[in-house]
Amino acid sequence: MAQTTFEEISAADFFYRNRDIAGFTNPSRAIFAAIRELVENSLDAAESLKIPPDVYVRLSYEGEASAETQIYKLRVEDNGMGIQPRHIPSAFGQILFGSKYKLKQQRGTFGLGGKMAILYGQITTHQAATITSSTGLAKIYMYKLMIDIQRNRPIILDRKVLINREQWRGTVVEFSLEGDYFRAMPRLLEYFKQTAMVNPYANLTFVDPKGRLYKFTRVTKEMPEPPKETKPHPYGVDVELLQRLIQLTSCKNLLEFLRVHFHRVGDITARKFLEFSNLSPSKNPKRLSHEEIVRLMHNLKKFKDFLPPDASCLSPLGEELLKAGIVKELRPEFVAVHQRKPATYAGHPFVVETGIAYGGEVPRRGSFILYRFANRIPLLYDEASDVSMRVITAMNWRRYKVMPDMPISIVVHICSTKVPYKTVGKEFIADRPEVRKEIANGLREVARQIQHFLSRREHVDRERKRLGVFSKYLPKIAQFSAQLAGKEKPPDIEKLLKSVRQFGEEEA
Amino acid sequence: MEKKKHKGSVVERKKEVLSSLENLGLSIYEQIDGGQFPSITMPSRSTENINYDPQLRQFILGDRRVKRSARNIRHLKPFAQLVWAALFSNELSSQRKTSTLRDVYYSAQAYEMTFKDQQESNNIITDLETVLGFSREDFNIFPEERSAVFGDLTIEYTVPGYEGKTMDLTSHPDGVMIGPALTSAEFVKTKADKVIAIEKGGLFTRFIEENVHRKFNALLVLTAGQAPRATRHFIRRLNEELKLPVYVFTDGDPWGMHIAMVIISGSANAAHLRELNTPDAKWSGVWATDIVNYKLPTDPLDEIDMKRLLELQKDPRYKEDPLWHREIKTFMKIKRKAEQEAFSRYGLTYIVDEYLPAKLEETR
Repeated sequence: MAQTTFEEISAADFFYRNRDIAGFTNPSRAIFAAIRELVENSLDAAESLKIPPDVYVRLSYEGEASAETQIYKLRVEDNGMGIQPRHIPSAFGQILFGSKYKLKQQRGTFGLGGKMAILYGQITTHQAATITSSTGLAKIYMYKLMIDIQRNRPIILDRKVLINREQWRGTVVEFSLEGDYFRAMPRLLEYFKQTAMVNPYANLTFVDPKGRLYKFTRVTKEMPEPPKETKPHPYGVDVELLQRLIQLTSCKNLLEFLRVHFHRVGDITARKFLEFSNLSPSKNPKRLSHEEIVRLMHNLKKFKDFLPPDASCLSPLGEELLKAGIVKELRPEFVAVHQRKPATYAGHPFVVETGIAYGGEVPRRGSFILYRFANRIPLLYDEASDVSMRVITAMNWRRYKVMPDMPISIVVHICSTKVPYKTVGKEFIADRPEVRKEIANGLREVARQIQHFLSRREHVDRERKRLGVFSKYLPKIAQFSAQLAGKEKPPDIEKLLKSVRQFGEEEA
Repeated sequence: MEKKKHKGSVVERKKEVLSSLENLGLSIYEQIDGGQFPSITMPSRSTENINYDPQLRQFILGDRRVKRSARNIRHLKPFAQLVWAALFSNELSSQRKTSTLRDVYYSAQAYEMTFKDQQESNNIITDLETVLGFSREDFNIFPEERSAVFGDLTIEYTVPGYEGKTMDLTSHPDGVMIGPALTSAEFVKTKADKVIAIEKGGLFTRFIEENVHRKFNALLVLTAGQAPRATRHFIRRLNEELKLPVYVFTDGDPWGMHIAMVIISGSANAAHLRELNTPDAKWSGVWATDIVNYKLPTDPLDEIDMKRLLELQKDPRYKEDPLWHREIKTFMKIKRKAEQEAFSRYGLTYIVDEYLPAKLEETR
């Protein structure tokens, strides 16, 4: 048997070797993934200050790399909260360092994407990235960095401090990467359009390598309530998390430990639970054996009397904003939106928002166009596998007078502290019964609204047609009868037409 | 026969038709003028409302009436079409022009009135007949099919360009077409004392060649299958105005039998009209019993023929007279049928020399 050598690899090294799972599969996906990750970081950075985001993205051509790929320079600028200067090198040069380990709804989950983009750029072009940031105070900090892949450490090549005369606040990331823009373009533009749809309060600007400008302008400055950070809910914990909490905690007994570290657990619930699991309230959590921790985890999931998580950690878009976004990007004749009440799956709260757009500039495709979003991120791949698609296919649309050949777009937005993605690639939502049920109910509600709209319009159409028949034939009857009777002028039919109109208005 | 007596019946009827059309227009005009949605009521032509009247010996419409109102969106278009049809008829009549059902369908387009198809325009004409109680021939609308008449009858035309001109109906050896000009003509004089109506053209020509009109002192009418309404009305006038008995000769099968019946008792389709039937006309042959008695060459009755016999058996028009019952029964028994031409097995003139006088005598 051959000798197997074990070596420890750093997180950066790990992702370098497995960049597929983060979406950097091929040159066109890489361009798309890099832009997407940085744009989402920028949006989060502005939203956490409740400032309407301004994000500027420029991709410029640098040179040929191979027969099919080119080197591009990517620059992403935002007006977000900025980064403390001491954190800048780690934030951009160290994988798994970041602000996203607490529980609140955010676009990125692992704080990985932006660094993966920079890492990818470094691998393909061997050039440093430039990060410029200010929190709006007196100074602007500029770092030139590379990542030491094996040690997972930032290497600072240059550092400048500038006077912030204009009180600029935000972050600019600039680096070079190899990719295939022209194959990425359709998907990328679709990404901007859909991002604009679900972030109607953001200004998005994109300048492509040919110098073409794509501008998505905000229609509102209203923004959804930012999410609050919460503690984990007992139903959602695993052994790993329990162990980490036990390590960190300063609580001296289990009763206090439960009350302090878990979401919606008070004194009474904690006591009941400990009784249920046969654990003494006064036991020191740090004294729990490994088996006891595993049993505790199982009991946390089994116990029925925990209150459901509340949704304050979520930040759904809200009906108003969703509607504004759909109207802005799709320009439909009619739009209906609905926000479901918060629900939970496996201890994770989530909210489903649905929308349906009809007519106007919505194209007729022979089937509905589905727009999927998770935590305000458009999901562009693997549509057929998504739970929303399954719900739509299973629904009896005929009941709502809706036919597949109508110009209809459907929007499904799910927000959660833990979006139930099926894969690491974060492209589609898994078919979980709780989630499926919420999506189905949300779609039924907007379907009812469009049914109402369609039948009303049908009624108006019918009424118009009815009036048309009267105004076509009454004059003829008048004219023919006058000629038959040998009268010179036809009788006045205005009175009759008027009564038809009144009758029609009453009905409409 | 006196010349004056019948003169004017056609002209009188025309006047009545015109004034009824005008009144229809006036009634609608006044309803609209009074701020009302105009409406028309007419007898219902649904099958439940068609009854057989043994007195009149024809089908008539019952008391059920339907209302066509311009208030009702579904009635509106047919209502307009009906008023248009009345106007169109009025113009035809007053300009003394004639038209056909096909013509009506196309003429509507000149008035921006559209009919979905020929059937729709035909229905509207039938509505107009029902509303006014006149047949479409009275409105100068004629069907395409034509039949003929031959014999000692002098008529006087009333159609434009021929007014006052007379014609002897023996003047053309093929017979004279029963078209608009003839149906609108007045009867002037005749020496005939009977009318013989014949189903088939071949036999009609044979009768003329064999001088049947002279030998039997008869007017010969070719129905050319089921007699058109104009022909039925013409036969009735011969019977009514000239007091001539009418004898009908058809093929010896259920269909021929029914051709005679429609001349006598009219059709359900024309239940809304009067004066198209000739109740006293006689079916003189070919009977089922003739097939037996004269040993005629026959064909078997097929399934459709037998089905038709069962229908006729239930038909109220056949209930009156034991003759019809006997003939239907005989047909059913022998399950055979014979055409008029079947007499040719006894020689070409046998039918005229032997059969015809015998039957005229038998059905007198």
